[in-house]
Order: sequence, then structure tokens, then C-alpha cells
Amino acid sequence: MNDTMSRYRTMTGHRLFWPAAVLFVMLAANTIYRPGFLSIELKDGHLYGTPIDILRLSAPLILVALGMTLVISTGGIDLSVGSLCAISGAIACMYISKQPDQNSVGVVVTALAMALGVSLVLGAWNGVLVAVIGIQPIIATLILMVAGRGLAQLITEGQIITINSEPYRAIGLGHALTLPLAIFIALAAALLVAAFTRRTALGMIIESVGGNAMASRLAGIRSGRVIFLVYVISAACAAVAGFMMTANVSSADGNAAGLWVELDAILAVVIGGTSLAGGRFFLSGTIIGALIIQTLTTTVYAMDISPQTSLLFKAVVVIAVCLIQAPAFRARFSRRRRNAPPPATIADKPKEQVPA
Amino acid sequence: MTDSRPVLTMTGISKSFPGVRALHDVNFRLFPGEVHALMGENGAGKSTLIKVLTGVYDTDAGATTLDGEPVSFTGPMQATAAGVSTVFQEVNLCTNLSVAENIFIGREPRVFGAVRWGEVRRRARALLARLDLDLDVSAPLGSYSLAIQQMVAIARAIDIKARVLILDEPTSSLDASEVAQLFRIMRQLRDEGIAILFVTHFLDQVYEISDRITVLRNGGLVGEYLTTELPQLSLVEKMIGKELDVLEGIEEHSRRDLATLEEGTPLVAVSGFGRAGAVEPFSLTIHAGEVVGLAGLLGSGRTEVARLLFGADRTDGGQVAIDGAASSLRTPAQAIDHGVGFCSENRRAEGIVADLSVRENMILAMQAARGWLRPIPRRRQDELVDKYVKALNIRPADPEVPVRNLSGGNQQKVLLARWLITEPRLLILDEPTRGIDIGAKTEIQRLVTQLSDGGMAVLFISAELEEVLRLSHKVAVMRDRQMVAQLANDESLDADRIMQTIASGSHREEADR
Repeated sequence: MNDTMSRYRTMTGHRLFWPAAVLFVMLAANTIYRPGFLSIELKDGHLYGTPIDILRLSAPLILVALGMTLVISTGGIDLSVGSLCAISGAIACMYISKQPDQNSVGVVVTALAMALGVSLVLGAWNGVLVAVIGIQPIIATLILMVAGRGLAQLITEGQIITINSEPYRAIGLGHALTLPLAIFIALAAALLVAAFTRRTALGMIIESVGGNAMASRLAGIRSGRVIFLVYVISAACAAVAGFMMTANVSSADGNAAGLWVELDAILAVVIGGTSLAGGRFFLSGTIIGALIIQTLTTTVYAMDISPQTSLLFKAVVVIAVCLIQAPAFRARFSRRRRNAPPPATIADKPKEQVPA
Repeated sequence: MTDSRPVLTMTGISKSFPGVRALHDVNFRLFPGEVHALMGENGAGKSTLIKVLTGVYDTDAGATTLDGEPVSFTGPMQATAAGVSTVFQEVNLCTNLSVAENIFIGREPRVFGAVRWGEVRRRARALLARLDLDLDVSAPLGSYSLAIQQMVAIARAIDIKARVLILDEPTSSLDASEVAQLFRIMRQLRDEGIAILFVTHFLDQVYEISDRITVLRNGGLVGEYLTTELPQLSLVEKMIGKELDVLEGIEEHSRRDLATLEEGTPLVAVSGFGRAGAVEPFSLTIHAGEVVGLAGLLGSGRTEVARLLFGADRTDGGQVAIDGAASSLRTPAQAIDHGVGFCSENRRAEGIVADLSVRENMILAMQAARGWLRPIPRRRQDELVDKYVKALNIRPADPEVPVRNLSGGNQQKVLLARWLITEPRLLILDEPTRGIDIGAKTEIQRLVTQLSDGGMAVLFISAELEEVLRLSHKVAVMRDRQMVAQLANDESLDADRIMQTIASGSHREEADR
């Protein structure tokens, strides 16, 4: 009994337990509502099915959220990622659309390199504003969030740029080993970020800066460099996400691409267990968080919830998810349960309410 | 003095944290109108017991009664409402709010939901007057010293109709006159029938103010004693758990001659270092193997000197030579490159990173010096951490526990380890023994001696003159943000002479004598 109890505690105490449980419940609810929800079939050598769709569609969000995790861990925030998605997609599509042979792999690679390069510069701009000039992150990145939309419009000259490039389209819709290529790109990015932070000391140093900036400085950490770096990484992640978003529709829309993705990304990070105050970060939690958000979006469509109420529905679920994760909220319930039978030691007297 | 019926009892209290058994079957009682000292080494469970009592922590087992009625507080607010007020070890106030707001935050006098600010300020002034404090209650709390902030915290606590007042290490950041002021208030409150639970590491203070003593050790209860019936030496033995002549531990170490030490090129020589508003320009040389003590009152500029030498603050001018070669100390990272380490006195804000584990906190400075691209191999980390956990007797000995779960003294040792791992040539220790118990204090003092024998230079800052005298080869005296004297620690130097120097600032006569 005691053993099961302590095992239960260890399990529920694991930081990934609650996000994973929420994801599981969502999938289960969907399956009950629509029994075919989890079914996957092989067609033309490609796997199809709702779970595959969820994975594919969550890939851009996972990418953005990975970068956001590192930024948030330093105690910062990056609001400009949505605009960066639009800019990177716009540059890539614009370049490709101007080339005579849009299907050339060389053209696409050049386009990606150009767009990535510009995004890195913009990430460095964020980094300089925060780390060197010392502007508060929310304001510093707000600048690019607003200006970036304008920049994307400028690049596309206010038009929606449509391209017809198979290699580019593959980034969003291509397949490899029966699975959508986007899943592998997101997975590779996750492994890369994980290796970059956990195989080096970067992760610990980011957590240290986010946990206690003053103490970190006195321990000799040049925190400016680290903070600069996380904004550049975040921009790079957003750029790749932008490629996926525009490749999905083979067009770049400076207005719509990546709109509000920064908010979804922040939500994914928080659901994943990383505190907005900075400190410890959890990449695996962030990925589960992103999957939860995408599953929720899919659920809204799958359950035929009317478009008028779908945002409200999402909001209610998000509030529930956040509450379930909050230890203080859970404690309130578990305490109420525990207190129901009064403890034996003071059972002789009815429990007195302390005057508040 | 004491009633026959305790106002508060705690029986069979147990509490565990992941990897730490903080309290085990502890009993405690508190009578009205007494000052009851709770004693124990770092990690003995004093702070945990207080947090259990005030509802910050849940208990795993045990019961608490207030006035004979069982109670179980779910938080300090509720405890306060029931008459159990606490001033915690680290000042838990909002430095950006005004003094008056800090005193009344959460229970502002209101009319129709609107705060009556005039009333808040008037009552704050009245309260502070009771404590003999003359402060601008509208000024932000952060503009006052840590000592004043502590007094404001006490004012906040006694405003509520408290029957039990808990003071956790209230004196650790106060100077002698402020302690006397606090004790006057404590006696006044005691005579009004309030039960005071007092935690401190200063044994003299225990014997000056307390009526009764409860001793904890390693999370367990050792016993409850009347202060008059427990001699100081027995108290120390009960706290440490073995008969030890700890107080004499350091004395016999052969003090090397200052003249011999100061032969050759100094390790660090600064001249004209200073910072407007912080400390007047000063010059100081430190040689390898030398312990330089920095004495002076709270706020006399000791910490400011340390921060300039470490590059934590930038000097307005002056030169620094390291090993005789002109150099600069403009950032902590640069100072660390030159082999300087700095343990801040403010370990919570400027020392530990609470989220990170003991291991990560320990290797942080070394890792920062190597850069993030060259991580310290995990095996090497474990070796280093294991070595210092043993050498410094850090409890709990599990290096993967978040450092916030450790007691204050053990956190201090973790910080020391962080710097020892970097093998500094000059280690700056700002109040390394403040707020920690006698056992750990002796360990740290012994360590300083060993390090300096091994050739490390140490700048040792402490408010306790005995400690400075015991360890230092040379004592620099600070007064009103000036370094007024540098005295060789020979037979002629004693606490009285340092005190006179602090009081008079007459460094010329002192130095010439």
C-alpha cells in the first residue's frame, strides 16, 4: 500500500506527468467521440491519419517553441517570432518566384540560406537590444513583432507570393520513410537544440542566468553573450518554422504567416513546465506542450465545434490545463480530500476553524 | 516569568523533503511572557520547524495547539491572523514599496474598499516610533539598509495583535547598538505577555535575552532547558553532539610573520581604487599566503571594497598591478581570470542559484571560466563535488538536491566550494560566517588558515573582531566609507585598539606607533 502510494507520488511528481496526462486525456476523448481518430493507414507508401496530421501540423510550433524555451529560461521573452516566420517565408518565396527554374534544388537552397541569414541578423538585433542596450525583452522584441510584419509586407510588396517549387513544397508536405518530412525536421531541430544545450554547459548557464542573474554575473558568467545567443537561436528556429508554414501552402502572405504563433509558443513552453520567471527549462515538456496545442486545434475541427465558439472552447481547455498543472491548485484539492477524515491524533476534539 | 500553561505546543512533528529528513518527532512548547531560544547547528531543523509552525510547510506527522486548541495553519497569513507572527531569516519585504506599504501590505485599513493611505502612514509612523526608529515612511524600503529593513519587518510583525512572535535570526545583520535596540523591544513585548521564539547563532545573545532554550540536532529534539541551568559549554556540546573544544580550535596555529609574508612582489596591489558614493579611494596590497582582515561597522564600506577588487563594481580610477604587472579588474569575469574569487555576504541574492542543484552551483564559476563550449566532464564534476561535500561536511550529502532545500549555512559552504574549485589565488570572503553556527564557523575559520598556509591570499571581511584578529596577518580598518588604517596583527593589536581606530579614525597615530 505504502509502496504503491510512494510510486504514485514519484510518478505524479515527475515534471512531464501532467502535460503527458493532459495529452493522453485529449487523445482519449477524441477517440471516444470518433473511434477512428487514432487509426493510421498506409497509402502510396505514405502514412495517413489524424495522429500523423497532428504531428505534421505541430512541427512549426515545436520549432518556434524550442527557441522560445531557451529565451524564456533566461527570464526573457521573444514576441517577434511570428513576424520572423513571415519574413523568412517571404524572402524564400520571393527569391524562388523570381527564378526561371523554381524546381531547381540549388535555387531553393540559396533561398533558404538567404532567408536564414536575414533571420539570424534580425535575431542578433533582438539580442543586441536586450543584452547590450538593456531594453526589457518584451519591449525589445515587440519592436520587431510590429516592424517585422511591415518588413514582410515590404518584401512581398503587399502581395501574396505564390510559387510553384516542388523542392520547397517538400519542406512542408514532403515525405520520408513513410512519414511527413516536417516531423523529421522538427525532431532534428529538437535533438540539435538539446545537444547544443545539454552536451555543452550552455543549458546550465542559461538556467543560471535566468535563475539568478546577479549571482551568475558574480560567478563570472558573461551573461550578455548567453542572452544574445538565445535570441539568435530563437530567430533561427522561427525562420525554419516560417519555411514550413509557407511551404504548406506554397505561398507567402506577409500578413497571415505565423500570425499569433508567438502566443502559442509561449503557451507550449509554460505547459511544458518552464517558468516564465526563468530558470530551469524542459525541452521535452515544450514539445508535449506544442502537441497539446495542436491536438486541441485538431479537436476543435474534428468535433465540428462551430467557428464562433471554437476560440472560447480552446480558452476553456487552456485554463483547465494550466490549473491542473499548478501545484498550488492541486494541493487545494488533495488537502481537502486528506482532511475529510480527521487525523487520529486530534480526533478527540472537533477541528476548529481558525478565525481568519 | 512563565505561566504554567503553554500558549503553544507542538508534538511529534516530522517533515521530510526529497532527499532530506528535516524534522523527526520534534516536540516544542512556548509559554506566554518568555523568550525561548531555538538552538541548533545549520540544518538542525530550526527554520523548518518555524515554517511548519507558521504553515509555510505541511507536516508529515504531528500536531500543533494554540491555547490548547489544535490548529493547522495553511500559510503565514492565517497564522498571523491567529496571533502567530514571524520575521523570517532573510528579509521578506518588497524593497520597491514604501516603508508604510510594507508594514501594512495585505491588511491596509480600508474604507469602502479604498485604502486609507493617510491612516497607513500615520499608523506606520506610530509603530516605528515605538521602535525608536525615525524613518520617512513614504520612502521606498530599498533606500534603507538591511538592518533598518529588518526593523521594519519586526514592526510589521508586532503591529498585529501577536501572542507569539517568531524571530528567525533577527540579529544577523544588525550591529551592536541595533541589537540592543531590538532586545529592548523584545523585553518590552515579553513583559506584555507575548511569547517570543528567538533563533540566533550568537550564543552571547541567547544568554543575554532568553529564558528557556530548546536544542535541535539533525532534525531531532535534544532537549528543553532553562537558560540559567545550562552553561554555555554544555549548550555547544548539545548542539554539536560531541564534546569539543571548538572554541579553541584555531588559536594555536602558528602565525607567520607579516614581514616575511610581505617580501617580494604583491599578488594584488591596488592604488587609488574608489567609487563615488560607495567608498573613498584606497590603496591595498595583498601577498600570496596572506590573510588581510577588513574590519569596520556595518555600512562602513567593507563590502564596497570587496566589490571593487572583484570588478563587481567598476572603480572610478586608480591602478591595479597583479604580480607586479599593470592590469585591470573591470568585470567579475576578468577578476576570475586573474584568479580572484568572491563570496558575497548576500548569499540568496548574489550567491546561490536556488533552482540549480548543489552540484551545478558548485561548478558554476569553474564552468563560467572555461566557457560553455567546454563543459566539465561529468566524472570530473562528480569528483570535485564529492571532494568538497566531504571536506566541508555539507548536509545533505546528495549533490543533486536543489540548493534551495539546504539550510543557510550549508548554502554558504556550497558557495565556498564554488570558489575553492576554481583554485583562486585571492579569495574574498564577505561575512562568510554570518548567520551560521559555531561548528560550521570553526570549520570555515580553520579552512581559511589552511588555505593561506597553502599560499592562497584571503581578504576576510567580518563584523566580529575576534574572528578577524584570529585569522588575519594584517587588518585594514574601514570607517565612514574610508580605509582609515592598516594595522599589522602583532601582539600589540587587540579588539580594543581596532575599536578605537573605528571610533576615532585616527589612523596616523595608530600606524606610526
